[in-house]
Amino acid sequence: MNIDLLVKMANEISAYFASEPDPEQAAKDVAAHLRRYWEPRMRRQIIAYYEERRGAGLSELALRGVGLLAAAETANTPPL
Amino acid sequence: MFAIDYEDLGTPAPVEEAGPVTVEIDGKPVTVPAGTSVMRAAALAGTGVPKLCATDTLKAFGSCRMCLVEIEGRKGYPASCTTTVAPGMKIRTQSEKLAQLRRGVLDLYLSEHPLDPAGARTELRDVVETVGLTQTSYGPRPAREPMPRDESNPYFTFDPEQCIVCSRCVRACDEVQGTFALTVQGRGLQSKIAASQDDPFLESECVSCGACVEACPTTALMEKSLIRLGQPEHAVTTTCAYCGVGCSFKAEVRGDGAATEVVRMVPSRDGHANHGHACVKGRFAYGYATHADRVLKPMIRKSIRDEWREVSWDEAIGYAASELRRIQAKYGRDSVGGITSSRCTNEETFLVQKMVRAAFGNNNVDTCARVCHSPTGYGLKSTIGESAGTQAFTSVAKADVMMVVGANPTDGHPVFASQMKQRLRQGAKLIVLDPRAIGLVRSPHIAADVHLQLKPGTNVAMLNAIAHVIVTEGLTQDDYVASRCEPESYQLWKELIAAERNSPEAMEAVTGVPADFVRRAARLYAAGPNSAIYYGLGVTEHSQGSTAVMALANIAMVTGNLGREGVGVNPLRGQNNVQGSCDMGSFPHEFSAYRHVSDPVVRGTFEREWGVGLQAEPGLRISNMFEAALDGTFRGMYVQGEDFVQSDPNTHHVTRAMESLECLIVQDLFLNETAKFAHVFLPGSSFLEKDGTFTNAERRISRVRKIMPPKAGYEDWQVTMLLSAALGYPMSYRHPSEIMEEIARLTPTFAGVTYEKIDRLGSIQWPCNDAAPEGTPTMHVHQFVRGKGKFCLTEYVPTSERSTSRFPLILTTGRVLTQYNVGAQTRRTDNVIWHSEDLLEIHPHDAEVRGISDGDWVGLTSRAGETVLRAKVTERIAPGVVYTTFHFPETNANVVTTENSDWATNCPEYKVTAVEVVLVNQKDAWRKRTAEERAMPRPARRRTRDPAPA
Ligand code: SF4
Ligand code: SF4
Ligand code: FES
Repeated sequence: MNIDLLVKMANEISAYFASEPDPEQAAKDVAAHLRRYWEPRMRRQIIAYYEERRGAGLSELALRGVGLLAAAETANTPPL
Repeated sequence: MFAIDYEDLGTPAPVEEAGPVTVEIDGKPVTVPAGTSVMRAAALAGTGVPKLCATDTLKAFGSCRMCLVEIEGRKGYPASCTTTVAPGMKIRTQSEKLAQLRRGVLDLYLSEHPLDPAGARTELRDVVETVGLTQTSYGPRPAREPMPRDESNPYFTFDPEQCIVCSRCVRACDEVQGTFALTVQGRGLQSKIAASQDDPFLESECVSCGACVEACPTTALMEKSLIRLGQPEHAVTTTCAYCGVGCSFKAEVRGDGAATEVVRMVPSRDGHANHGHACVKGRFAYGYATHADRVLKPMIRKSIRDEWREVSWDEAIGYAASELRRIQAKYGRDSVGGITSSRCTNEETFLVQKMVRAAFGNNNVDTCARVCHSPTGYGLKSTIGESAGTQAFTSVAKADVMMVVGANPTDGHPVFASQMKQRLRQGAKLIVLDPRAIGLVRSPHIAADVHLQLKPGTNVAMLNAIAHVIVTEGLTQDDYVASRCEPESYQLWKELIAAERNSPEAMEAVTGVPADFVRRAARLYAAGPNSAIYYGLGVTEHSQGSTAVMALANIAMVTGNLGREGVGVNPLRGQNNVQGSCDMGSFPHEFSAYRHVSDPVVRGTFEREWGVGLQAEPGLRISNMFEAALDGTFRGMYVQGEDFVQSDPNTHHVTRAMESLECLIVQDLFLNETAKFAHVFLPGSSFLEKDGTFTNAERRISRVRKIMPPKAGYEDWQVTMLLSAALGYPMSYRHPSEIMEEIARLTPTFAGVTYEKIDRLGSIQWPCNDAAPEGTPTMHVHQFVRGKGKFCLTEYVPTSERSTSRFPLILTTGRVLTQYNVGAQTRRTDNVIWHSEDLLEIHPHDAEVRGISDGDWVGLTSRAGETVLRAKVTERIAPGVVYTTFHFPETNANVVTTENSDWATNCPEYKVTAVEVVLVNQKDAWRKRTAEERAMPRPARRRTRDPAPA
């Protein structure tokens, strides 16, 4: 899929969670949102982009969120 | 005239429930609530009193003197409609004297309005029969200039010669509809009914709701369809297929089987959503169902450049199934998906998502509710725990303050708007948040107390500013919050909201609304004591749509305005079954009742019931499907009753995605814009041709009843079953009631719903289960569904869509009363007489600097595309903002809307698009260019000859 769009979406999700005062929690919230609502091929693509291109264009919080998502997908933890 | 199977009780039930009163009527004891009229008590006892100026939707008026009775111990002959019962009252409705008096009154009426012996059945005719007077004693009426009939309205006529000036029409327009279009002009025998300034109905303020037509006891106001088709033979109760009000109707019909004809639609007086009222769409605009454009034969083609070929159902279904399986074999199981429709029934929607999950074997199912109210689901679920409105419509009668946000009820939800207006005329206060002066801001006897005319895209900024005032001025309901909400989330939210950056003064530059207006609105809302929020797509269709819904819930929680009548947070749903399609598990990440597909317990119940393994991962949303189609991983799609090529944003993008599909299956009444890209067309059935249920904006489940056999042979749910069987996953329902039984087994909030119960109760508001066997009118009464209410943080994040020097104006969109959505239905009715094209509303200042006058053709351009339409110069819209509707494919306003969407749900940001508007001299050249841009080969479709197969 169009990676620019995925990056834009991830940044917008992060912009919402950015008001959470605990930065750890904010990153977890972003990862949980992606895990809950993004179809696997979208998640695979943003993780690949994060790993290969260091997530260029992702906001700081989005980067951390996608980082957590990548870890969770590797560990295969359930999304709930 | 009211419905043929209706017993009119003459006056409405008393407003307040009061203790019983026993009276004697013609020697029989009768017990009724205090405040009941003698006329109503008599009717309830089975003794009709003749009447002319009374009907039970209107307050008693007491002008015709036909309903006189005798009451022991009282002098004279009081009118039974205006006399209320008193304990021990002894009433006589029949006596020689009464008969003589009534004959005298009727004699006078007949002298002016002789009955046509061959005329239609009317209440006047019934009274003539009851009273037993057929001829006037006054002799022939002196010759006079006949008064001309008014035939201007496409749906009803007004024949002043037949008018007895009982003023029922005037009162219906005032009391029920709230438009105040009619008056009685002149006095005595010279008096007559006039629309506006004695204009033809069509040119008057009349909105063609038909309330006056139904109220008329003579043939003065009559449906043209009734005149044309003659007396109906029987009535079937069903539910309107237009907006989310979900009005109940009596479809009055003639004939049977394939020859069934609808004579007229009459709103049910015992309808729980509409209480006997309707709007121009539901009452009159049903002609699309029999329009010649209906496609009644299945069709297929290999390529979208080929001509359509009519085929048998077997061939069409077989081809569709083999294509879907071929695509899955080649590109993988997840390369296909399906779309459910908010216009179809709950049962049909449930089956489509079931087929996708069980037969396609993936979760790629989404619904058109994605593009309207998905943020409602997300926002309300996150804060209070249930993805639905909190109240019944009747709750508005107890509201002291209404806050209407991004909704235009008089156009979008007209029957509920009439209920709102009744309450506003009783003195409730009104706050409107809208970039445009919607109808409610100023209408007869109603004026908004505060209109916050904010810039499009700044809802969250505005709602935060309102919350700021509530929090910092100490207007919070601390006990309520302490007992019902999470303290940690409240604390965090409060700190965020109290920050100076959220004050009305600081937000003034963002919203464009003076701070003192915002302060006034906040104080008004917080003062209540009962404050209710009603909102629409002006809240949800934004990049911060979900945040705005949460902000509304936060404001209601912090002021204690949830959990009883008169308050609440209420989404006004656009289409008839938006609530239902969401409830039924149409979203790719959720089963019915909003339960995530990854929940192993929930998934297990579905797997056992359906006998297949189900995916635990969310599927693609509509917009994701388009993206996946463009990158080649999504190749096949089944679309029931939905036209996203016209309705979804950024049309060029959507059409490119559609062109890349190898198999698009469209099931619809008409060859819509999406069908231009289809390979298989399966004829759909209209709401008159099927059984099922719709769920309206107040969670009310109502029956849709089949009035005639499906014109193309199958109801929509049967077509889904055929396709599923061809895919190797047969389903065996014999009737939609069996689908509902399965829904009830699998869905906790529907556990107690059966067709038998809906028939018995009339309708049911979910949740309906052991705890609430007859349903739940008001939600969150003792606690929130999620337990403790959660204050979600709602920092304002501006949309990336901003006005620039190239695109200096902001376009926002909406709808008009007489048209509906993409117009597929209403464009095929006489409603086009009121609105035959989309217009661009522009402020006089913006128009002047561009040299634009009212009615000029203008080009509308955004970074996504361009279109051409006519300008309407008006101060309803603020400078810097333009507004249009999206009802006509020729305009296709969505050519200019962008790919921006709500952060949480991807609901498109229809309400904010940066645009430029220019005067167009060569309209046709512009239109040609824009049409060419989106042009697709349009081979002529072979006409369908045979209207109805078996
Ligand atoms: S149709 Fe409705 S709006 Fe028009 S005059 Fe009659 S009651 Fe009033
Ligand atoms: S208000 Fe809505 S549901 Fe009622 S008649 Fe009109 S369109 Fe139909
Ligand atoms: S019906 Fe009572 S006065 Fe007309």
